[in-house]
Amino acid sequence: MNAPAKLAAPIGILAELTHRCPLGCPYCSNPLALDPRVEELDAETWKRVFSEAAAAGVLHAHLSGGEPASRRDLVEIVAHCAKVGLYTNLITSGIGITPAVMARLSEAGLDHVQLSIQDADPVSADKIAGYAGGFARKREVAGLVTGAGLPLTVNAVIHRANVARAGAMVELAIALGARRVEVAHTQYYGWAMVNRAALLPSRAEAQAAIEEVERLRKLHEGRIVIDHVIPDYHARYPKACMGGWARRTLNVTPTGRVLPCHAAETIPGLEFWNVKEHSLAEIWASSPAFNAFRGTEWMREPCRSCPRKEIDFGGCRCQAMAMTGDPRQADPVCHLSPHHSAIEAALGNPASAGEVEYQYRRMVRVPAAAE
Amino acid sequence: MSAETIAIAEEVRPRLPRGVRLRHDETRREWTLLAPERVLKADRIAVEILKRCTGEKTLREIVDELTAAYGADRARVDTDVRALLAQLVAKRMVDL
Repeated sequence: MNAPAKLAAPIGILAELTHRCPLGCPYCSNPLALDPRVEELDAETWKRVFSEAAAAGVLHAHLSGGEPASRRDLVEIVAHCAKVGLYTNLITSGIGITPAVMARLSEAGLDHVQLSIQDADPVSADKIAGYAGGFARKREVAGLVTGAGLPLTVNAVIHRANVARAGAMVELAIALGARRVEVAHTQYYGWAMVNRAALLPSRAEAQAAIEEVERLRKLHEGRIVIDHVIPDYHARYPKACMGGWARRTLNVTPTGRVLPCHAAETIPGLEFWNVKEHSLAEIWASSPAFNAFRGTEWMREPCRSCPRKEIDFGGCRCQAMAMTGDPRQADPVCHLSPHHSAIEAALGNPASAGEVEYQYRRMVRVPAAAE
Repeated sequence: MSAETIAIAEEVRPRLPRGVRLRHDETRREWTLLAPERVLKADRIAVEILKRCTGEKTLREIVDELTAAYGADRARVDTDVRALLAQLVAKRMVDL
């Protein structure tokens, strides 16, 4: 399709309200250079952004971070999202959600809570998060969510330290009262790329986890919905990252930069616009970063003539950048990519368990391992 | 799909749980059913069914109402309502 189609409206907005977080998960999707508190957008600006999002056609607002409960004005922001009709989802570690905060969030019109867990084993969970007592706190918070009558999703990121317990994490989600669980194998960007040697499971471990989760999906149908993000390193074709660049959703960073995805800033030379200078509708339609890889015109071979180009959109631009140095290349996950051997090389070198220490996510400008 | 074959009793009172919302989308000029990470388009028939899933009416009453409102064949309406509910129950978007 070469005729310029009318630009479809965005469906979702992921708002990183803050990069502050008490946890230090080594696979965090935040950038390595975290935004400091003093530069965060204030509540009034966030409210304007959510009004603009609703007017532009956004249906889902995902309030994320960092830990969104680190902001004292979270309830005020949630109330505003509800007022402008957005389906409001809180993506939280649970830390900082007290009974009083939960009650106020529920009253403010929050629609849904997504709570992360790091493992089904408490000791391992706290080690992964770099936060003692986190596992126990999360159990309490799950009870607060369901006690408030709010639907709960549990999010579990899978990597070497917990891959043997992927099924146990699904069972834990059910025990916690979740109606839905996301089991997501780690995607290697940002902090996860820094920690890849410590996180990447073997192909056999990943495969066993996938089979176990699929077995549980059938067993628990109607009881819990399982959304399963399988590891793209083991796939034949790449994922349709974000449903295609700038096709469905936008991300807003704590300081107001608007990105097509959370890792987009790893691509050099892209110009990101900020909500302080532009409306969200203007950014969606005209921001150079959003238009850089929209559609299929930017593609090279093997994508350009590929019958799947409108299915997976060439995969992930950030992964192409990270592993080939060129964001216009096919995602190297694709077996047709001339750089596919880079994926094979990463998979062929799994360090043995426990051998590699995590570099925990924390507020420093540039961690040494990223150099 | 086992969802298709879930037996639903006449007396259940289907309802949209908290976190599932039927909403008219002004931008796209269509009805949508919003749930966690899900946006389902709802056609005219689905909207009429879902508007009645308030937890007050029984399945029998919903089918009776729709049959009367549209002058349709009751058995056909019953099949449509059950098919939609079974699908949404499996997705945990309707509680019985």
